[in-house]
This record gives sequence, C-alpha cells and structure tokens, in this order.
Amino acid sequence: MATEHEFDVVIVGAGGAGMRAALESSQRAKTAVITKLYPTRSHTGAAQGGMAAALSNVEDDNAEWHTFDTVKGGDYLVDQDAAEILCKEAVDAVLDLEKMGLPFNRTPEGKVDQRRFGGHTRNHGEAAVRRACYAADRTGHMILQTLYQQCIKQEVEFFNEFYVLDLILDGDPQAAGEDGEVAAAGVVAYSLATGEVHTFRAKSVIFATGGAGKVFKTTSNAHTLTGDGMGIALRAGLPLEDMEFFQFHPTGLAGLGILLSEAARGEGGILRNSEGERFMERYAPTIKDLAPRDMVARAMANEVREGRGCGPNKDYVLLDLTHLEPKHIDEKLPDITEFARTYLGVEPYTEPVPVFPTAHYAMGGIPTNVQGEVLRDNTHVVKGLYAAGECACVSVHGANRLGTNSLLDINVFGRRAGIAAAEYANATETTPELPADASAGVEQSVARLRDTVGGSGTERVAQIRKELQETMDRNVQVFRTAESLAEARDLVIELQKRYENIAIHDRGTRFNTDLLEAIELGFLLELSEVVIAGADGRKESRGGHYREDFPTRDDENYMQHTMAYKRADGTVDLSWKPVVITKYQPMERKY
Amino acid sequence: MTATAEKSAEAGAIPSMTVTLKILRFDPDGLDGREPGTEYWEEFQVEAHATDRVLDALHKIKWEQDGSLAFRRSCAHGVCGSDAMRINARNRLACKTLLKDLNPAKPIMVEPIKGLPVEKDLIVDMEPFFASYREIMPFLMTTGTAPERERLQSPEDRARFDDTTKCIMCAACTTSCPVFWTDGQYFGPQAIVGAHRFIFDSRDEGEWDRLEILNDKAGVWKCRTAFNCTEACPRGIEVTKAISEVKHALNTGEI
Repeated sequence: MATEHEFDVVIVGAGGAGMRAALESSQRAKTAVITKLYPTRSHTGAAQGGMAAALSNVEDDNAEWHTFDTVKGGDYLVDQDAAEILCKEAVDAVLDLEKMGLPFNRTPEGKVDQRRFGGHTRNHGEAAVRRACYAADRTGHMILQTLYQQCIKQEVEFFNEFYVLDLILDGDPQAAGEDGEVAAAGVVAYSLATGEVHTFRAKSVIFATGGAGKVFKTTSNAHTLTGDGMGIALRAGLPLEDMEFFQFHPTGLAGLGILLSEAARGEGGILRNSEGERFMERYAPTIKDLAPRDMVARAMANEVREGRGCGPNKDYVLLDLTHLEPKHIDEKLPDITEFARTYLGVEPYTEPVPVFPTAHYAMGGIPTNVQGEVLRDNTHVVKGLYAAGECACVSVHGANRLGTNSLLDINVFGRRAGIAAAEYANATETTPELPADASAGVEQSVARLRDTVGGSGTERVAQIRKELQETMDRNVQVFRTAESLAEARDLVIELQKRYENIAIHDRGTRFNTDLLEAIELGFLLELSEVVIAGADGRKESRGGHYREDFPTRDDENYMQHTMAYKRADGTVDLSWKPVVITKYQPMERKY
Repeated sequence: MTATAEKSAEAGAIPSMTVTLKILRFDPDGLDGREPGTEYWEEFQVEAHATDRVLDALHKIKWEQDGSLAFRRSCAHGVCGSDAMRINARNRLACKTLLKDLNPAKPIMVEPIKGLPVEKDLIVDMEPFFASYREIMPFLMTTGTAPERERLQSPEDRARFDDTTKCIMCAACTTSCPVFWTDGQYFGPQAIVGAHRFIFDSRDEGEWDRLEILNDKAGVWKCRTAFNCTEACPRGIEVTKAISEVKHALNTGEI
C-alpha cells in the first residue's frame, strides 16, 4: 500500500461520533476514516442505558425541559446555546437512527419506548421523566452496529488499525494571534499491521477519538481509551477545555470498574448502605437514586467514608434489584446482570450487587463551537479542523454529563461536524501541501521507542502506567484537595521523567502492541498533568469536580471554562473562557 | 483491567496461585534468530487469582515478562469482540473466561482462532471475516418514502430478531466451524447471523435479496449443524437455530 494518501475529509476514530460524521461527509466529499481499532470495537459499543430525546412517546416532554435538565445537571457550566441545539436536534437524531434500522425497544403501540434516567425530569425538576430511548441495556452496541452497517452501505473507506499520532497544521496556533490563520493540513498515522508510517493530506480533519479513562485505575473505559486525540491536539499547541471535569459513574462493579448502567436505577434499582438504608433519600429527597451521577457518586463515597460501606473491607455499597421481577430484569437489563454473574459471581435476582464509582467520562476535551470547529483560543477557529464526541468539548455537558446525553452528543455533533467538514472541503479549492518532513516526527518517535529494545532503559511501561493510575485514583478522584493534587502532580512530573528512560521488548514491525502501549502511556502522562492543573486552578466545587477545601460552588469567580495550553517549554498554562448563558441563570442545584 | 489486583487484595479470601499458560506464538518478523513466520509454543507462569480473567493473565505476561506477546483487546468485559481466541481448544473471549472456570492445575492452552491467517501470535487477519459480513448486505433495506416519525414495530416483531442483534462480531462462531476451516468460500455462521438480524426484522424489505445470497453454494447449505458455533458464542446467541430459521425460510418461502 502506498503510504501517502489524499482525501477531502479525514476522520480520526470510528466510534459513534466518527461514523456518524462519516455518513454525512462521505455523501458530500471524498472521505477516509482512520481508526486504531476495527470500527465495531469502539467503546460506543459499551454504552448501555439509552439516548435522550424528548419524543413524548410515553409521557409529555419537550426539548426545553431537556435543555434545562442538561444545564442544571451540568451545574451551569454548560454552554446553553449548544445545549439548546443538542436537545432540539435530539428527536431527529433518534428518528434518523430508527430509520437506519436501529432496533429500539418498543411501546405496545410500536413506537420507540422510553425510560427514566438520572437528572432527566418533567417541567424543571418536578419528577423523573421517561426520556431515554433504549435497546435493552445495549443501546450503545446497537448504535455502533447500526452506524457501521450504514457505513458499509455507503461504502465508507476505512483504514483499520491505523494509529494517528500527529496532526499537521498550517500555521502555529499559539503564535497566530488575532489576525493570523491556522488551518488543518492532514494527519500522520502508524500502521499497526506493517509498522509503516502513512501521511494523509486533507482539506478537513475531524477528531472523534473518544475518551481518556485510562488515566485512572478504576474505570469503565476500554484499555484503548488513552486520550490520543486530546493528547495530539495538546501537543499541536491547541488548548484543552475543562479537563478537570471527569465523571465517576456511580455503579461500577466493585473492585473492577465495569459499568452497570444507570438504567438499573431507572428500572427501579435502589442503592443501599451496610444498614440497608436507601441513603439517596437523604442526599436527593425528590428523585433519590436518579439524582445526577456526580451527586450519587459523591454520596456513595461519603457513605463508605463514614463507615457505612459493605463487604469485609466496608468499601462499597449495594445496588439492589432483588425486588424487581426476574422477567423484567431479563428484558430490560440482561447484559449488566450477566456482568454481575460472570465477574463477581453474584445473582442479581436474589442478591444485591456490590458497586462503587468508576471513572467513566471526560466532560472536557478539545474545544469546539457548535459546528464542531476546533478553537485555538477563546474565539478563533482552526480552519478545516473539527472534533466531536467525547474527545471534544462543545460544551453540552458542563461540569457533569447527564446519563444518555453522550449517545445523543455523538449523533448530534458527529453529524454536524461531518456536514461542516465536507462543506468546508468542498469550498476549499486545493488540498493543503504537507511539508516534506511531515512524517518525520512520528518516524523519529517510533524509531526512538524501537531502539529502546535491549537498550539501557530501566523503566517499564506497565509499571509507570500502574503508578500513574494509582495516584490518579488516590488523589484526583471523587474528592480532591490542594494537597492531594500537589501529590499527584509531583508524581506525574516524576513519572514523565522516568518515561524518558523506558525500554520496550518488541523490536518487530508487525503488530507491535508493545510500542503502541508505550505511545499511549505518553498521552496518558500528559493528559493527567492537564487534569490536575485544571483541578488545582478551580478553587470551588462544581459538578464532577469536588474540592474538599472549597466545598461550595463559586459562581462569582469560576462560572467559566478552563482552557489549558501546553507551552513550548513543556509547562501547562490555564486561562479562562466565559460560559454561554442564554436563558438559565445559575440556581442552587437541588434534586 | 488493572483493578483486578486491588479487588483480590480487598477480598483477601481469594487465594493466589501459579498458573501456567502455553501460548502458540507466531513470529512474522523473524526475530531472535527465528525464521520469519516461525510458529512455536511458549510456556509462561504467572501469579494469579481464581477470579482473574484469562486476559488478566495474558496482560501479566505482556506487562511483566514478554512485551512482544501480541493479542487484541479493548473493553475487557465481553462487549467489543476483540479478544476471541482458542482457550483449551474452545473458542472464547479471553476477557470473559475466568481462570476458575478452567482447570488451573493444568497448563492453559491459548491459540489464535482457526481458519483465518495468523498475523502475529494471537492476532489473525480479520478481513476475510468482515468481507463475508459485508456480502450479506447487513443494513436495513426499505422502499418508498420514509415516514416522518419512526417506523412502527410491535414488541413481538421486535423480539423476533432480538437474539441475533446481540452479535459483537468476535468471530468465535465462524472460526469454530469445521466447514469454515476446510472451505474458505463458506460465509460462516456470523454472516448468517448478521443476515438473520435483518431478514426477520419486520421493517426490512430486502429479505429475499439476502436469502438469495445465502442460497448460494457458499451459503447456508454448507452448514452441517455441528453446533460448534452455538457453543462458542460468548453472547449466548443460538446461532445454529438462527441458521436453521434461514434454511427454513428458503425451504418454505415463508419468513
């Protein structure tokens, strides 16, 4: 295969956002999708509970209520113009998927069925509302499959197991200033199968690379979710927005972090402490177990801290489904109950399931506007560069994402990015030239790592990664303080130095996954530093970011997004970006 | 997943043990004095807990002993379909097989899935597998103008094809099929499962196009009802039943 390619639009990542973008883009312009996995392996497929849209199929609902819930759920850090678009376009996003063939669960009348989910309410918080469209507890799987099937139908061109490692820009985003121009020119990728480095010239580039959950030890995220796209953007001089906001999903299987959908509580499941108490009644009297994830996760961690945890070490709480009919469980929650059986040997029909919060979702990411265009500062875009899905920050999730809003996000903003990227490409006459040495950076870093085989390096990738993940769990999880963050930062800086001295084992060219893991660790180390910097700079508590030394929300000083930049000398700088408010003034967040 | 160690330590009661894994390796590059393409068995010992996954054991080898060991994995809990392999002569997902479910007193034999070209160690070329899937037109086909709202479908009609929507395309079924091993032209069970998911979807109008493809000499009639596929499916799909339903539709002209 030739190693130099040219397309109108190149999409990096083949999860929900990437493939939804590809379906639009490939109808309009010559498009390639580059993915480090096979498309069907993407982590969209692990999403379970549903996709929010005010279809009003089972009860009265509307997009405005959904918008309000999204803003309030995000603790008012949501950009409200983006949330309005998300919730307004949600209905068509679901109907589009249904028309593509997605096998949603149905109401007796044959319409798309809907169920309750955390933080989604009727008329601004009166009671939980049925807004989540779903396919059992494998909604993400069905979305991923359906989008892949449509990509086959449209003959979308995929480069599978190609690992994009560099973004080529025309212009320096940190030097361009007010009047300068920066534009995308293409990407550089490493072929896992052959070890070759490929260049892709393109008029438009869309990043849809997913999350970075592997900065933490206990996570629902796949091994492959190492924040590559975010890390590449950061290295290219672009900012990352709101990276301190990481969502810890309340119900990970205890000790393992495997996700048990919030749908379990939507279908009637109850969280209990060691005294058998339904403790969420104390924390969120109105909607109880269906409070937003940040509140539930904190409540669980608090129960454990105050000695009401379960098990021999009192370090988890219980998700109780035993009052539900086994038939109902089988119909609505078949996969997650199987996870409990397989991995913990617990029978959910008769025994409550041990659960504890697990790192789940990055609310922050590569900043974009509502067209998906990537921002290089608070206001200027990089021409031809787009981002969508978890790697992006629009920001529709603010400080805490509501369950079922991410499957919605990937469809709404994946679609928008795909259209915008293709239209930009079609309006752009010539494909940018890549510099002659475009691939040099990647070739050098691959060669450098390969040369460590049998060399003098004394550090192991797995050991550094383990120490990183342990410190992030210990110090940057549900509860944070200045001291815990300082401890984490010191260790991360030390680990970054030790990373310079690693040695890998595999000098081969074909399927060198040893090399791949070393590269991924590099991204994790850099992103952890950014998460910590944001968490340290934000001296308040809001949504998923809770500072024990600043336990209240401070709208006067911090009702704004962080923008983290990596400077040429390697330091991380924080600046701030205003939140877009259209109609909802911040209020106290009670449920 | 790295959290396993923590879990085991917490539980305290779960004993640690030494497990032997015998892995069939394939070196495409020809390193350490081997010819390119050399196939060989290699034995590793790891300390593990009974509740660890085979994937955890493979990671321990890769991360602590031999980084060159190659295998695919992603989600680590049985939904992405990356890590199908032959474990003790049966196709399984390494992330869904716990050591306690094997006999840890004996070496655990790990090989790549069969019938697809091996690329390196436990990694095979999946392209022929996906090509068969593409052949059966795995997408909703309809005629006329789409309705403004959703197409209606009763819960009963939805239930008709539920089983085959669960497929994660791990290839455990197809590469357990003795017919597939010997006849590379055969679409294999997964492609038939993929077709079944649409043929029995009340919204779809392309069922006879797909059935025609499956009526081909590379199609369903190759199936000898060995049931290996049903046993191998980590999602519990009744693969053989789905294939027989397709055969029945072809025999009777009724869906």
